[in-house]
Amino acid sequence: MNIAVCVNHVPDTETKVKVGADGKTIDSAGVNYMLNPYDEFAVEEALKLKEKLGGDVTVMSLGPDSHKETLRKALAMGVGKALLLKDEGVRDSYGIAKGLAEELKSMKPDVVLFGKQSIDYDDAQVGTLVAEMLGLPSVAVVVKLDVHDGKAVCEREIEGGHETVETTLPAVFLAQKGLNEPRYPSLKGIMAAKSKPIEEKSASPAEIRVETTALSKPAAKGAGKIVGTDKEAVPELVRLLREEAKVI
Amino acid sequence: MKLLAFAEQRDGAFKKSSFEAVQAASRLAGSMGAECVALVIGSGVAGIAAELGQYGATRVLAVDDPKLERHSNTAYAKVIADVAGKEGADVVLMAASQMGKDLAPRVAVKLDAGLAADCVALEADGADLKAKRPVYAGKGLIEVVVKTATKVFTLRPNVFTAVKGEGTATVETVPAGLSDSDFGSVVTGTKVATGRPDVTEADIVISGGRGMKGPEHFNLIEGLADVLGAGVGASRAVVDAGWRPHDEQVGQTGKTVSPTMYVACGISGAVQHLAGMSSSKYIVAINKDKDAPIFQVADYGIVGDVFEVLPELTDHLKKALGKE
Repeated sequence: MNIAVCVNHVPDTETKVKVGADGKTIDSAGVNYMLNPYDEFAVEEALKLKEKLGGDVTVMSLGPDSHKETLRKALAMGVGKALLLKDEGVRDSYGIAKGLAEELKSMKPDVVLFGKQSIDYDDAQVGTLVAEMLGLPSVAVVVKLDVHDGKAVCEREIEGGHETVETTLPAVFLAQKGLNEPRYPSLKGIMAAKSKPIEEKSASPAEIRVETTALSKPAAKGAGKIVGTDKEAVPELVRLLREEAKVI
Repeated sequence: MKLLAFAEQRDGAFKKSSFEAVQAASRLAGSMGAECVALVIGSGVAGIAAELGQYGATRVLAVDDPKLERHSNTAYAKVIADVAGKEGADVVLMAASQMGKDLAPRVAVKLDAGLAADCVALEADGADLKAKRPVYAGKGLIEVVVKTATKVFTLRPNVFTAVKGEGTATVETVPAGLSDSDFGSVVTGTKVATGRPDVTEADIVISGGRGMKGPEHFNLIEGLADVLGAGVGASRAVVDAGWRPHDEQVGQTGKTVSPTMYVACGISGAVQHLAGMSSSKYIVAINKDKDAPIFQVADYGIVGDVFEVLPELTDHLKKALGKE
């Protein structure tokens, strides 16, 4: 089984957003970057599929050199091959998807895994864009994946419940938290990852379809009032909710 | 100019976020002197199509086909793109629901369009459209312009209004034009988790954190939620501890919510949690620690023990709502 995992390198969840000098992106000074948390579930699932069904796992990322750090994390977890589709420029989700899809076309994987979204732009569209560009079926927000006999049966999260989705292979899957427990890289894995090569290619060019013209911080919510302490404050809270906020 | 609004239905009922998308489209069309068409897809749905007239649609297209009884993202996306193409729609809108988020990228590729996802504002800017969308789970907000001739937008649920009016719509049925090969993946079953609304769709969300001290105490959260018809949420800490399922997690690696009221119980307010819920209209916080960061975003706070305050609050609300 030929498995591809596409990963992103994103600011960690502790990051406080500060608008950069261009007014469109964050000021990256002092920001720590990491493997996108949802992509970690995708990497783990790829490794589990390989352990069960055999085959190769290739991890790929599109972006500048700094993405190598995230590719190394995937290698340390046990992925065999890493590929950086190098691009220093600005891309929207469409451009990222197009670059990845071009590469995947020649790779012809049976299974392509993504995280359900990157936690920077929260766009949740790259994986499904890639699937459509490749003419493949896809299942998003997957919390259970069972691959056998050339097809997959998945569970995916929907509002207030789960859906069971069946698909033929090859197919694209977008991992959600709950799909698995990502392994910690072993010391041996970390050491081995340091000497594993990361293949580099230039990402194929793409036009910008959705242009970001400004980044701002949402208006800070002013601190409200402390209604009171302990259960004695409850009647006043209920009154405020009914008469002032009118929410109940 | 023409706008096409896809209105999602499940089991023959529209979702509130579908009404929001239709109304946003019709309002936008009004401000731009454009035409607005709504689209409903499924099996046995022609009968409910006219309901979209109450939310501003004057013309509704119904693609009603037994083949569409089971949802398939590939087939639905093809129908939406085909209809958009035939109608000559310049803009396609839908809710950023789980279904919408799954369909919009496919529709965008088919129409050679750019997609601005999960928008919280969308307005005419001359002949163009300007959208705003949250990034970093709401820690930032970006303005985007879609530069392609055809544009696709998904709208975050619970942000745009859906006010029922007196309007009526004409309904036209349209053939699906699908073959078996269009059904790449198919939904074969659905399981309802709790029967409570999902946190992303609920008007009110009651959330619990580490201050609940154990999974056995979440009956207090659920009790209050059920009095209010609310959804139940949780902080990352309690989801990671296995107290609550991850589909309840609110915050940067969980769901971002915008309910009318968010009640945070025993949640201190880590930056990742605040990112996911601070766009709620009203925030109520109950926490023992008066210095907890949650109070900095709360409209109403009670400094106190959740184990005392929650039962009292549930009782008072039961009385106030006549649900004793």
